[in-house]
Amino acid sequence: MFDVNGKKLTAVLAGLVATLPAWGYQNQSSYNMTQGVTPVAHEVYALHMIIFWVCVAIAVVVFGAMIYSLIAFRRSNGAVADRTLTHSTKVEIIWTTIPVFILIAMAIPAAKTLIMMEDTRNSEMSIKITGHQWQWQYEYLGEGVMFYSRLSQNSNEARQRGSGIDPATVKDYLLSVDHPLVVPVDTKIRVLITGNDVIHAWWVPDFAIKKDAIPGFVNESWFKAEKVGHYLGQCAELCGRDHGFMPINVDVLSKEDYAKWLADKKAAAAPAAATALNVSAPAATAAVAP
Amino acid sequence: MAHAHTHDGVNHLDHSHDDHHHDKPTGIGRWLYATNHKDIGTMYLVFSLIMFFMGGAMAMVIRAELWSPGLQFVDPLFFNSMTTTHALLMIFGAVMPAFVGLANWMIPLQVGAPDMALPRMNNYSFWILPFAFTLLLSSFFTAGGGPAGGWTMYPPLALQAGTSFPLMIFAIHLMGASSIMGAINVIVTIMNMRAPGLTLLKLPIFCWAWLITAYLLIAVMPVLAGAVTMLLTDHYFGTSFFNPAGGGDPVMYQHIFWFFGHPEVYILILPAFGIVSEIIPTFSRKPLFGYEAMIYATASIAFLSFIVWAHHMFTTGMPLAGQMFFMMSTMLIAVPTGVKVFNWTTTMWKGSLTFEPPMLFSLAFLFLFTIGGFSGLMLAIAPADFQYQDTYFVVAHFHYVLVSGAVFAIMASVYYWLPKWTGHMYSMALAKTHFWLSAVFVNVLFFPQHFLGLAGMPRRIPDYNTQFTDWNRVSSLGGFVFGLSQILFVIVIIQCVRGGPKASAKVWDDATPEGLEWTVDSPAPYHSFETPPVITEENTHPSH
Ligand SMILES: [Cu+2]
Repeated sequence: MFDVNGKKLTAVLAGLVATLPAWGYQNQSSYNMTQGVTPVAHEVYALHMIIFWVCVAIAVVVFGAMIYSLIAFRRSNGAVADRTLTHSTKVEIIWTTIPVFILIAMAIPAAKTLIMMEDTRNSEMSIKITGHQWQWQYEYLGEGVMFYSRLSQNSNEARQRGSGIDPATVKDYLLSVDHPLVVPVDTKIRVLITGNDVIHAWWVPDFAIKKDAIPGFVNESWFKAEKVGHYLGQCAELCGRDHGFMPINVDVLSKEDYAKWLADKKAAAAPAAATALNVSAPAATAAVAP
Repeated sequence: MAHAHTHDGVNHLDHSHDDHHHDKPTGIGRWLYATNHKDIGTMYLVFSLIMFFMGGAMAMVIRAELWSPGLQFVDPLFFNSMTTTHALLMIFGAVMPAFVGLANWMIPLQVGAPDMALPRMNNYSFWILPFAFTLLLSSFFTAGGGPAGGWTMYPPLALQAGTSFPLMIFAIHLMGASSIMGAINVIVTIMNMRAPGLTLLKLPIFCWAWLITAYLLIAVMPVLAGAVTMLLTDHYFGTSFFNPAGGGDPVMYQHIFWFFGHPEVYILILPAFGIVSEIIPTFSRKPLFGYEAMIYATASIAFLSFIVWAHHMFTTGMPLAGQMFFMMSTMLIAVPTGVKVFNWTTTMWKGSLTFEPPMLFSLAFLFLFTIGGFSGLMLAIAPADFQYQDTYFVVAHFHYVLVSGAVFAIMASVYYWLPKWTGHMYSMALAKTHFWLSAVFVNVLFFPQHFLGLAGMPRRIPDYNTQFTDWNRVSSLGGFVFGLSQILFVIVIIQCVRGGPKASAKVWDDATPEGLEWTVDSPAPYHSFETPPVITEENTHPSH
């Protein structure tokens, strides 16, 4: 009986979800965490849903007891207080112990995921990410490719106060950049994240990566995107006036497309590097190599 | 002045002369030179209410700007200064002074003392506050505007501020000094001025909660003072505590700040626990279930609060072992917090419930604080926290615990003790209207923020992608109605101060309020107990 109702409810909810319009973020519902496109992101999503349902189950019991009390023990219903019910060592022990076991059961998968997230070994390529007020800098270590990535021109125009431009007419308003980070699919990519001026945080929900970009520190993380696509993110640590205006875009390409993109980038960078003083890519990458 | 009760064996001297004669000063001097715990308590509470409305006005600016995507009203920097000062005002200006005001009013009444132990320091600790907040708010008129680096003041961003920076630091020093003095006063009063026979395990649970809070305050306010002083010297005296170029460490600031900041979270909620632990038994007509367990749970929470600070910093790149430790220790807090929720629920079990305004606010606290507890548990899970951190999910979480938690408890306490303070009953109908508007719209305001955060909206941004419009609009709508309905609170209070049906000594005659405060007249005499009351089974916690 309960099971059938549960299924019906799930079906109704699924129907509601399906009717919701597609939003800007890839794979993104408008009220729940993204399932993501990396193994870590799937783990994190699963963990999130487990904790959520555990909380719901506890809530049903606790709120159930509260609501039952509010209905059954109203004085207007003739309830008379039992003033002898003041303590019980037995129930105190029970409701101290049971939560401990629930917590242990939650901590085990959480610890596993955490270990997985922190394991940056065996990465196939490394990218150094530097947060600036208010743009991101990407350096492909060992490739001599470096570029900056800032809020796209049309978003930047629309976001000015009194611009008269309706944000709804701008594609990926505040979420699109001029030069996205480009990476190959199915490749374990290590990212080294640091800050140049203040603390920023590099966050791509679909990769379940959020790492602070801290001046003087190099933080490590990794991702392995399973699906070709265009993924959006934002700076997640207050970094001053334009904190809300330094989004992150990652283009995940097939390995062949990526190789082609990289070759084009290198070809474009080679003559530039010969003339520009500040873009001495091999020297820059040597300096940050761990 | 008739005494409505003689059954409890309290030695009632005739207090009436105190109310009208020599030792009750009048005019402005009564307030400037106040040493009476009730006058100081009143000033604290009024100050807190003013700050609540100023902080609330800033929240309205935030919600108005977030009504739709695009920048409509304010510059991003001004928006950041709104979020920063909203937090500072609500935490240090509204919630903490409200609790100190309640401590001032109620602790001497509850322990059977004539006044607080250190009345002159009491005066000083209050009068620091208006200066502290004038200093803080005056920074809006300096070059560069108000502080905009977030209430957490993380360097290096905090060091980029203009003239507002030293003003904010000095304001925080003053607030800290005021809090420490208030805390010392609470501890000395509870430890030394209890009526004979009022042993610690007969102490009202509100006093217990405040006693533990006061120790937390003394332990961590100096840590905050140290952290902001280091910021100050980094900015003006060439030190490099947090400057990597000089060998410093910006993450160390976060460690120091949150070593203060996490106990601070409990400073904001433990007195609220004490309040609802007084009110729920009264209107359930049953003693508090598990009185001693409640004390141990509060003490455990206080202890744990010192070893969980880095759960605010999972994304800073701590070593794996550090993340594991802080995840597990944070999850442990769910155990004593759960004990409290279960005890409150069991207090209502087999009770005889009625739903006066203090009870209504306490019940809303019980439900909504528990929701905040659930999201807190989710945030404790480090891998998931990487997705939640610095999003609206966190904003929803801490507003559930601080608005529908701490603020609702403060409102419950005002509705509980206001007749004791003024001697008048207030308008139940108006208070209940205030309750229902607040309880409904606080959810309209904050519940959608869970969705926004999970869907990927960062906190502290003045503008957002159009995908976030709908929930932001719901949230703003809830915010406007919630904000406006607080005007009812002020109306109820003003009406009650001016007049109304006479309140009896026990105020809630058909309920079972426990404690010495109900043995004196309403309004409570200017000097609470000139001779110590006699402690009996009836006027203390009955399970002992
Ligand atoms: Cu940033």
